[in-house]
Amino acid sequence: MTTTSPATRLGDGASKRARTLVTPEGLALPLTVGSKGARAGALILDLVILLVGTIIVFVALYAIGFGLFDLEASEANPVMQVVMIVVILFGFLARYGYFLWFELGPRAATPGKRLVGLRVAARDGGRLTAEMVIARNLVRDAEVFLPAFFLLGGGQEAGIAGWAAFIWLAVFVLFPFFNRDALRAGDLVAGTWVVEASRLKLKDAMSLAPDRADTYRFGEAELAVYGEHELQVLEKVLREDRPQALREVAEAITGKIGWQLGEGDEREFLEAFYAALRGHLEGNMRFGKRKRDKFS
Amino acid sequence: MVLALFRKAEIEPPADIEAASLRSDRFRLEREVDWKRLDQIVTALEKNSPRRISDKDLLELPVLYRKAASSLAVARETSLDAATLAYLESLVRRAWFQVYGPRIGLFGWLRRFLGGGWSAAVRAIWLDICIALAVMVAGTIVGWLLVDQDERWYYSLVPGAMADGRAPGADPDMLRETLGTAENADGLGVFAAYLFSNNTGVCIMAFALGFAFGVPTLLLLVYNLSLLGAMVWVFQEAGLGLDFAAWLSVHGTTELGAIMLAGAAGLHVGRTMAFPGDRSILAAMQSAGVRAAQVMAGCTIMLIVAGLLEGYARQLVGDTPSRLAIGGTMLTLWIVYFAAMPAPRERET
Repeated sequence: MTTTSPATRLGDGASKRARTLVTPEGLALPLTVGSKGARAGALILDLVILLVGTIIVFVALYAIGFGLFDLEASEANPVMQVVMIVVILFGFLARYGYFLWFELGPRAATPGKRLVGLRVAARDGGRLTAEMVIARNLVRDAEVFLPAFFLLGGGQEAGIAGWAAFIWLAVFVLFPFFNRDALRAGDLVAGTWVVEASRLKLKDAMSLAPDRADTYRFGEAELAVYGEHELQVLEKVLREDRPQALREVAEAITGKIGWQLGEGDEREFLEAFYAALRGHLEGNMRFGKRKRDKFS
Repeated sequence: MVLALFRKAEIEPPADIEAASLRSDRFRLEREVDWKRLDQIVTALEKNSPRRISDKDLLELPVLYRKAASSLAVARETSLDAATLAYLESLVRRAWFQVYGPRIGLFGWLRRFLGGGWSAAVRAIWLDICIALAVMVAGTIVGWLLVDQDERWYYSLVPGAMADGRAPGADPDMLRETLGTAENADGLGVFAAYLFSNNTGVCIMAFALGFAFGVPTLLLLVYNLSLLGAMVWVFQEAGLGLDFAAWLSVHGTTELGAIMLAGAAGLHVGRTMAFPGDRSILAAMQSAGVRAAQVMAGCTIMLIVAGLLEGYARQLVGDTPSRLAIGGTMLTLWIVYFAAMPAPRERET
């Protein structure tokens, strides 16, 4: 089951692409639909890989002496025939097999998608089946290869019919721009979509620093100034640990709560404030009281 | 075993849990060893090297997955550590993709597909196959009638390269020659591979274009078959009708069958789009698309067979009865396979 995320935060691009997927365990998992730019980039990468691969195969064949370009010899030479068959089948595999093979793998992504951090998933939250992958890749033919051959072959010079064909193919190419999930025609037919697949490392726990609750005592009123959003900004600043940013944030906070802070104590102060604020907010959270940001 | 031990050493147990001053951090430190273990298993699965996972880990995978999922649910309500929440979300999502990812690779799928998945999908779109067949027959008749009425139609229907001397009023001897055989098998393999690659392109196009309510697919079928009808007329006029039918049947029963199935698959998708029935259009399209994809994958196999028959059998076997026998046998084989092969059992889980 997928629904639009109820929490439409700020109107930025990422939240417009945010979706929620409910697992069979009843857990709502946030997903981000891949952006059109990333998907186009992935496709271009894949095409480059295919092109380079094809060139390498041809150069290699040429280097070992089969010279594919003097075809006169092909009638008589049986080795040449085998090579020709291999070349034709290789072309076929490159066009259809490459995408299939990789998207059927455990990461459900072609090398291009993997590089830009995308993967294919079933839109209904169920399992991605082989048939889905096959369906979405067969339609790719009408979306990518036909228009490409059409443009390369100068098809638009064929008068009215050429233009009709051009418009017709453009419908396929521009399809992702006309729906919310950036689905291409193949995704629609197969019931799939392309989502971001991020891999994160677990960062250190924040409150392992020595407890300074005695040195810095914050009162209820001082902690009530900020909300969860500010806490997370502070967390980011502490994790990045840049002296300049620490200084500025410490000044902003002390200014707000009316404290004076000595030179060089910024990190220590911020760690203590972070721990106190988080303890405060999490304590309220357990009673069902949440404070989203400083304005609420 | 040594490797397993080595790997386990990599997960460091967290520093003193009690040292953490926040309750939510203690919650996290108590569980992070399990999370990291799940992370390692999922990473190994993603790298497609399940052999590197020890049996013990593999047995515990579902438990670890549920633990991480429940940790995430709890952390969402109790912790404000954004980095930990983001990590857990990404971990559970990756694990979920592995647990619910594609279960079978290309080869496992192929085995199940040939063992009945294909024939079941073909039977499921019987109505579209009937429509495609009717359209193809109509196309052939139209081609025939057009050329019968006015020979000039032939030249506008059949592209020059394909006509290759096979024009209305051509010398019967020359026509007979085009139906002839090659002296030996030289060069036929290349020819077969080329035909296969080309025909598959046509089939995939017939399917992919079905997306637009099936109209382009119908046009494609009518056009290609009217071409055939025109060709039949030329040979019929020269008194070579039966020879041409035999020549065509060697590979044609397989190839035209594949084109018919591809057209039917395209029609199936297009028809579902126009008439989704009780379900939402997206849900209906999806089940139709998946069914059609199986039929299409099968067309590729049929076209490999057709390419081989066309490249070798047709060029090497010359007399009309043997050609008819080959074509008829292939037709019977396909019909029996599609009609009689039982659907594969749905696997548990």
